[in-house]
Amino acid sequence: MKQLLILSGKGGTGKTTIASAFIKLSEAKAFADCDVDAPNLHLIMSQSQDYKRTDYFGLPKANINTDLCIQCDQCRQNCRFDAINVDNFYTVSDHACEGCGVCEVICPEGAISLKPAVAGDLMLYIDNAVFSTAKLRMGSGTSGMLVTEVKKQMKSYAVDTELAIIDGSPGIGCPVIASLSGVDMVLIVAEPSISGINDMERIINTAEKFKTKTAVCINKYDTNIENTEKIMAYCHRLNLPFIGKIPFDKKAVEAINNGLSIVDIDCIAGNETKKVFEATLNLLSED
Amino acid sequence: MVLSNKKIAVLSGKGGTGKTLVSVNLAASAKDAVYIDCDVEEPNGHLFLKPKDIESEPISIKIPSVDKSLCDGCRKCVDFCKFNALAYIYNRLIVFEEVCHSCGGCALFCPKNALSEKEKTIGEVQKGVSENVSVITGILNTGEASGTPIIKKLMNEASTLKEPTFIDCPPGSACIVMDSIKDADYCVLVAEPTLFGVHNLNMVYELVKLFNKPHGVILNKCLESENPAEKFCIEKGIKILGKIPFDNQLGILNSNAKVAVRENEEYKDIFSTLLQKITKEVLV
Ligand code: SF4
Ligand code: SF4
Ligand code: SF4
Ligand code: SF4
Repeated sequence: MKQLLILSGKGGTGKTTIASAFIKLSEAKAFADCDVDAPNLHLIMSQSQDYKRTDYFGLPKANINTDLCIQCDQCRQNCRFDAINVDNFYTVSDHACEGCGVCEVICPEGAISLKPAVAGDLMLYIDNAVFSTAKLRMGSGTSGMLVTEVKKQMKSYAVDTELAIIDGSPGIGCPVIASLSGVDMVLIVAEPSISGINDMERIINTAEKFKTKTAVCINKYDTNIENTEKIMAYCHRLNLPFIGKIPFDKKAVEAINNGLSIVDIDCIAGNETKKVFEATLNLLSED
Repeated sequence: MVLSNKKIAVLSGKGGTGKTLVSVNLAASAKDAVYIDCDVEEPNGHLFLKPKDIESEPISIKIPSVDKSLCDGCRKCVDFCKFNALAYIYNRLIVFEEVCHSCGGCALFCPKNALSEKEKTIGEVQKGVSENVSVITGILNTGEASGTPIIKKLMNEASTLKEPTFIDCPPGSACIVMDSIKDADYCVLVAEPTLFGVHNLNMVYELVKLFNKPHGVILNKCLESENPAEKFCIEKGIKILGKIPFDNQLGILNSNAKVAVRENEEYKDIFSTLLQKITKEVLV
């Protein structure tokens, strides 16, 4: 099973729109949404309503037993994350605590223990395909670990398929790094704007660190032809395969608002996406 | 009516909704203002504002460094580290810097005092000026896992400012966003007119409710057709601050990284009106 990861360096470029189109086109039997901060793919993949939900336990959080606490202040002084609050009692702020365990070891009274904390929900849809997704609860850090779980969950259910499609997370931080590990190819969806180019360069640098095969396409290319040409020239200079341009299309917005992917309706954006898809498959099968 | 030292955070559930457009243009519309880019993974505001006289300051975190002659391989540090950032292999302690959270525990608890902490640069804060706007940008180096230390630095900076401050927050609703809105006086949520837009708006809406922050929504990229985000605001009783139409001209200005209010009277009006609206909301 080859894994294709779709990334954009930033949300709003149409990454999920393209991922959902690719899933439809390939009739992928395995796919995942790694944007655990703001998952969207489930909104247009018309999977069945039931899914298997599991709690995702992130790192445990510290908890203070106020009966044992002698208010020596050691924990507060040594917590690097300012997670210990002092009011009438010593308490831990769940949002700030990273679960490092320093306070637990330092407390002379054994008043602090680390307790498991639910940090998110993992969802697994199984009907004719396996779809793995998750949502991080508000204010829980370490989304990278949840991304790893999402990918693991996708692979936990053996399906007979040659291609798995992963909708990556935006940005370049830990969740993206987690979504990059172990994939066979990255498709970057760029946007023809100055900031889009900036984001694209950053994500290419990140992907390079993982030595992953990388290709670039542009979405809404006709909103700025000059920048589109800049992106193409950039790819040429770096010897990165450039595999297509998708125009802006109002019909695409309508399709999404109706819970459809852009290849479910007849529109220019959908037709061009089909070409990008074929080029991607060709690249993916080359070794 | 002046906003003076108020902090306005601009949020969206996702990137690409126009968060930078809104915060940059609001700052440019104010008399004097500060624009802080907390989207440290993808700081783009400076591309628009093109600040001059830039000073930069590296931001570093502490990571452990081992003195081999003192370490006896007891593995106490390895067992302690909750993030698996340490390993003792072939008689040598290895630090995986990318996953270290700089909690300081290993150095604190090493019985041989073999561990000390050294600084590691993870990014920088740049300051410059663009006409009426002071521009402060946080930039996380590629390959670094967490921008939180940079945001903390930016927010400390913000707490000392006298001018109205517009904070361009990171996308999403994760912990890093919380750090950037913690001290905000008002939150502006930017939403796109799509089903995705509603979903993303709902997330940041939950977040500002959790923090009990006064808030309002700017509907961006509005088309003629039905706007699911507007419907959502009406249903939930969320204040709509204003609408920015979808038009090609704005799209071109934006994709060429131009500050719309500095180029075009029509946008100047749109954003001044929005700014007045927000000022009123903040000062009540
Ligand atoms: S270290 Fe322990 S005893 Fe001291 S203040 Fe903290 S919880 Fe209380
Ligand atoms: S576990 Fe670490 S982050 Fe959490 S309160 Fe204790 S010292 Fe602070
Ligand atoms: S705790 Fe100190 S002595 Fe023990 S393995 Fe770690 S560095 Fe070496
Ligand atoms: S500082 Fe904390 S996270 Fe980093 S290696 Fe030491 S124990 Fe692990």
